[in-house]
Amino acid sequence: MGRYVVRRLVQMVPVFIGSTLLIFLMVNVMGDPVAGLCGDRQCDPATAARLRQEFGLDQPVWRQYLTYMGNVFTGDFGTAFNGQEVTELMSTAFPVTLRLTIVAICFEILIGVTLGVLTGLRRGRPVDTGVLLLTLVVVSVPTFVTGLLLQLWLGVQWGWIRPSVSPAAPFGELLLPGLVLASVSLAYVTRLTRTSIAENRRSDYVRTAVAKGLPRRRVVTRHLLRNSLIPVVTFVGADIGFLMGGAIVTERIFNIHGVGYQLYQGIVRQNTQTVVGFVTVLVLVFLLCNLVVDLLYAVLDPRIRYA
Amino acid sequence: MPEQPFPPEGVIAGGGAMDLSATEAGTVRRPPAAPDGAGEPAPPAAGPAETADRPRSLWSDAWRDLRRNPVFLASALVILFLAVISVWPSLIASGSPLKCDLARAQQGSAPGHPFGFDGQGCDVYTRTVYGARTSVVVGVCATLGVALLGSVLGALAGFFGGWWDGVLSRITDVFFAIPVVLGGLVLLSVVTANSVWPVVGFIVLLGWPQISRIARGSVITVQQNDYVQAARALGASPARLLLRHIAPNAVAPVIVVATIALGTYIALEATLSYLGVGLKPPSVSWGIDISAASPYVRTAPHALLWPSGALAVTVLAFIMLGDAVRDALDPKLR
Repeated sequence: MGRYVVRRLVQMVPVFIGSTLLIFLMVNVMGDPVAGLCGDRQCDPATAARLRQEFGLDQPVWRQYLTYMGNVFTGDFGTAFNGQEVTELMSTAFPVTLRLTIVAICFEILIGVTLGVLTGLRRGRPVDTGVLLLTLVVVSVPTFVTGLLLQLWLGVQWGWIRPSVSPAAPFGELLLPGLVLASVSLAYVTRLTRTSIAENRRSDYVRTAVAKGLPRRRVVTRHLLRNSLIPVVTFVGADIGFLMGGAIVTERIFNIHGVGYQLYQGIVRQNTQTVVGFVTVLVLVFLLCNLVVDLLYAVLDPRIRYA
Repeated sequence: MPEQPFPPEGVIAGGGAMDLSATEAGTVRRPPAAPDGAGEPAPPAAGPAETADRPRSLWSDAWRDLRRNPVFLASALVILFLAVISVWPSLIASGSPLKCDLARAQQGSAPGHPFGFDGQGCDVYTRTVYGARTSVVVGVCATLGVALLGSVLGALAGFFGGWWDGVLSRITDVFFAIPVVLGGLVLLSVVTANSVWPVVGFIVLLGWPQISRIARGSVITVQQNDYVQAARALGASPARLLLRHIAPNAVAPVIVVATIALGTYIALEATLSYLGVGLKPPSVSWGIDISAASPYVRTAPHALLWPSGALAVTVLAFIMLGDAVRDALDPKLR
């Protein structure tokens, strides 16, 4: 187990370097950050040159990257061009997005797995067809459309919820945004669980469990569900990373001041430090989630053991 | 396997030769029937293979299934309609999408203007009709690019293995670690050109690893089949093996994933345009219209609802088409 984790961690290194380098290059293409610093006016050439030197922007890109990564591993994510520490921005933004992601993942697991089990056990019946069609519709409507429509109906016309979220963003206000964020993944989780359950329902161990005279509830939860959850766990684990980075649209619609909001602001204002810093953390989260997922396999399926 | 748009319901095993009549997507070409028996797949199906004494191929079976599937027929009809109005939008919309009258801003439907007017006083119906072209062009071009690049690179990796396979897998991992919308915001925020091509290029750039993974896995599965081994033993060149024996039988999963991806690319274009980095006004796109309508959502919700509905129906049609094709091509579900 320990050796497996070490090997996986070593394998993560090239992917981490590759993705951060890629985003570093992309952001470098994004335009001149010094120009962004001068606002709408043209920069004075002497000031621009001095700023460039101060921020190390006159160095070649690979050296900028190495310096940056060196700083990141000492906990220094640099300073945004407005003088705010990037770590300070992170400490306000990440908790909000983390809460949003938790809400979304809960919806995914609760609703997705329940619907998946219900339809998987009744494959081909009207319930199954109906839910299946519904998942297709949910997948087809882009998140920003779902968000705007639900905000319009539930928030503005019927007044059930507040249309926008306050800066503190407590769990209660994040319910609808969380559902919107989860909607597409929720449909995938439903379909995954359904397929998996339907496949395993005919397996030998389920027949054995039924023949032993176990109550149906126990057969479904302990035998069938546990074995069917592996693909679902893979999906949900990888989804945590995607949800945290993919909340740009949802956070924009509901005015949530989380990671997506800061990233959007960073890109619009050409604030390279913010963008690179946030993306670096997101990539790390994504890679770690995938590692945890692989370790969870062994818990779910005792046949899988890591040497 | 989060990279797959839909849970894989079993690997689509390629069996038998393919038949041109089944290639709905038009992206597959049947290799010309060669009379030499050297390692040709077992049933040499030629022409419309529906005669009783010939074993039916995977593709003719799939086509028979599809023709009877109401979901397939409905989504194909919607897509046909979209294709027609994106080529000739003037068939059903007489005005110009850029002719706006501020005096009529946010008004509801009126004679000749069934969907009403948006915040700038433009006719919502005309703009919705003209918006189809953007979506179809982006979806089709991006899918073609992604499918070509992804399947070539993935097939080579699966076929030759070795260092290229390792490098490609790492590159794929790197691309998967970067959220798509974020990449779009960063890369497209520098582009000043207002056209569909930067958006298409971006989708191809970030989309190909998905297809290459599918193509790689599919090629590896097919490669183990006896007829490939036989052809290899008879001394067929790698190019011949790959093009004549492996590709026709490995292409089914790629087609399925590409069809479903087409729908998601259309949604992605709208999302990017909504965020202000895809197409920009005065281009006509559903994403732009939805973005422009959202501030007026309390007073003129119709300007938001119509383009949203059109977008949802379009994406739904492509995803349902892909779903139906997948069901038809998956022998496990028969």
